[in-house]
Amino acid sequence: MATGHDDHHHGPAKGLTRWLYTTNHKDIGTLYLWFSFAMFLLGGTFALVIRAELFQPGLQFVDPNLFNQMTTMHGLVMVFGAVMPAFVGLANWMVPMMIGAPDMALPRMNNWSFWILPFAFAMMSSTLFMDGGGPNFGWTFYAPLSTTFAPKSVTFFIFAVHMMGASSIMGSINIIATIQNLRAPGMTYMKMPLFVWTWLITAYLLIAVMPVLAGVVTMMLFDIHFGTSFFSAAGGGDPVLFQHVFWFFGHPEVYIMILPAFGVVSEIIPTFSRKRLFGYDSMVYATSSIAFLSFIVWAHHMFTTGMPLAGELFFMYSTMLIAVPTGVKVFNWITTMFKGSLSFETPMLFAIAFVVLFTCGGFTGLMLAIAPADFQYQDTYFVVAHFHYVLVPGAVFSIMAAAYYWLPKWTGNMYDENLGKLHFWLSFIGINILFFPQHFLGLAGMPRRVPDYALQFANFNMVSSIGAFFFGFSQLLLLFIVIKTIKGGKKATAQVWEGAEGLEWTLPSPAPYHTFSTPPPIK
Amino acid sequence: MATPDKHTTPGGYEPYYVPDQSKFPILASLGLSIMMIGLGNTLNDIKSQHGSTASAWVAFAGFFILGCVLFNWFATQIRENFQGLPSAQLKRSYVLGMYWFIFSEVMFFCAFFGALFYVRNFSVQWLAGVGEKGISHAQWQDFQGTWPVINNPDPKTFANPEQSMAWRGFGEALSYLPLWNTILLLSSSVTVHIAHVALKNKNRKQLTIWLGLTVLLGITFLVLQAREYTEAYKELGLTLHSGIYGSTFFLLTGFHGFHVTLGAFMLSVMWFRVLKGHFKPEDHFGFEAASWYWHFVDVVWVGLFCFVYLL
Repeated sequence: MATGHDDHHHGPAKGLTRWLYTTNHKDIGTLYLWFSFAMFLLGGTFALVIRAELFQPGLQFVDPNLFNQMTTMHGLVMVFGAVMPAFVGLANWMVPMMIGAPDMALPRMNNWSFWILPFAFAMMSSTLFMDGGGPNFGWTFYAPLSTTFAPKSVTFFIFAVHMMGASSIMGSINIIATIQNLRAPGMTYMKMPLFVWTWLITAYLLIAVMPVLAGVVTMMLFDIHFGTSFFSAAGGGDPVLFQHVFWFFGHPEVYIMILPAFGVVSEIIPTFSRKRLFGYDSMVYATSSIAFLSFIVWAHHMFTTGMPLAGELFFMYSTMLIAVPTGVKVFNWITTMFKGSLSFETPMLFAIAFVVLFTCGGFTGLMLAIAPADFQYQDTYFVVAHFHYVLVPGAVFSIMAAAYYWLPKWTGNMYDENLGKLHFWLSFIGINILFFPQHFLGLAGMPRRVPDYALQFANFNMVSSIGAFFFGFSQLLLLFIVIKTIKGGKKATAQVWEGAEGLEWTLPSPAPYHTFSTPPPIK
Repeated sequence: MATPDKHTTPGGYEPYYVPDQSKFPILASLGLSIMMIGLGNTLNDIKSQHGSTASAWVAFAGFFILGCVLFNWFATQIRENFQGLPSAQLKRSYVLGMYWFIFSEVMFFCAFFGALFYVRNFSVQWLAGVGEKGISHAQWQDFQGTWPVINNPDPKTFANPEQSMAWRGFGEALSYLPLWNTILLLSSSVTVHIAHVALKNKNRKQLTIWLGLTVLLGITFLVLQAREYTEAYKELGLTLHSGIYGSTFFLLTGFHGFHVTLGAFMLSVMWFRVLKGHFKPEDHFGFEAASWYWHFVDVVWVGLFCFVYLL
């Protein structure tokens, strides 16, 4: 490669400008991941305020308005600030290395996608200090609570959502263009690693629904500031219209947060089972079907809004249909492990916990999908338990699994396996103490988003709060492990894991600043 | 490897151009945030009747920064193209990028069209006592669910418009501005195509004329739309405040008009680039992207004309 293009083969720039001006997919991936971790701690802090208040019945620490702001900001920060950017960060790091690409397709726009986020979240967090407080209408911001009865700061919330949407759309366009256009010759679609496949579909979902979110907040903006009546029946509109448009975004959004997790787990389980993934093709088809179905199930979030019966039935059955491709996936993961030569390093532990606990969350999802039963569960802690089971031991555990799995490739050092396992077990036990009792609370009728509750819910709430602090503080261990790994540790080989397959493992550890400037040969 | 080219590796692979560090993204983010902060404060000031214009200036400053950054960003992109840095593969990335960007724009309009269909077919019907959820009629029993909604459920909160913008029959077709706008926009799609063909045939004069004509047609469309809005506000009493009909009408046509503005701006930039001698028959993606955008805006208008005006 002595062909006069040496300017493309230098290392990173020095100092802060490396991060501010970078166009390198690895740098941008790192930025996304650190940003996501910061937001994870911020959102976690909000959650701990909630759990501290709910430790006992009665009002202890915060007034109800601040409590509502905490539930709202916790949801928004975790969804848009922690989980989504973490997956984009993983995609930035791994997709080019997995498909043999020199970088992301549009490197400068890649950096723009990232740098919008800190500004957007600074704007959104600043609403907490504004006159009248921050958004207090729940992360789903239903109208008219978020329009007629919203605090003034809602305007900035709307603009922050617009900015995050722009960031997500640009990021997804980049990922999709990279996958479509930058695969090394011979890397056909059906040879792509599953993480790449799931991200391809996720990026498609993002481009399809983030504009719808932008549309719905724009309608809110006009209802608030320009006197329109989209969500006011007095002018012929309908508050339920908000929910329809929001959940048309919101349900695919749920899969945006879980499909890349499926991809991660489908990379890790074969590695530590020392077997090829069982049913690769069916994994691809299952992911695509889940993505398709995600567009026609949205109103299962709205069974109690008074939909016509035909609607209730349609959305009930279409929702249950999702269990089929998801079942295919779980079956394939288990079958991959079956008769494999398993070892239980930290990424594998997180991946197995993912399969088990995500499935639990899936089953409660099926319970919620049954329209007549949902009338009982709607707006209770059962719903809270359900979506936290799919999001925390689901999405978040897969992100942690991915971090442990690829950390040696990123840093060149092995993490401390004992500490990693300790972190896993603390998280695993913490998460179950935290969320399992919430199922019982919900079935017994405790409503969600309340700062105070009836006495009979006291015991389980106390258990849940203990679990919350237990889990929350365990995450500082992750921070410690990551920093320790960056600083040093046992040197990692290129292969890192005995059973690992894929292009990223053919590169040295740490991966050089520029990789695959010419496409690698694909077998 | 007959002709050793510095852009080709021994394997015959043309390296993918990965630009060096760039200040554009962070500055663009900064400009965008300043604009949004200014805009947010402006709206809140208006709502709480604070008569300060400072926030509007902040918004404008942010917009100016963003505009300058984007101008330089695109200029750099064009310069790099002149230097021959982008490979054929990178150019395909631009094509894919534009393709998916237009898809995202389609989905943005889908949200508003979806809202329109929902209110027309469901909520307005139910409020008028028709259909499975007709119980909602109990609240405003005088409400008639006709579309366009001229009599709002609660006219005290949302004043009734005197007249809608719906099709007035063939008798008044000639004075019906949306019809003229349809003709204008449809023909502008044709003219931009003719310009494209001229570009491919190296006919610069034809290219300049037909592209210029496209921009003029776009501007005429916007002028007529401004007239239509003035008429709605001054003569028909149709405003953003006049209930769901006004809401859907102004948001759908307004966002479309905003996209026409953007598209016309893009095309006029292309026109100036043509005057500067840019574009080659085999390399003119900037032009092509702008024309795709223009066709997209055109298609959205056809949807609007059918569902907002005619039906």
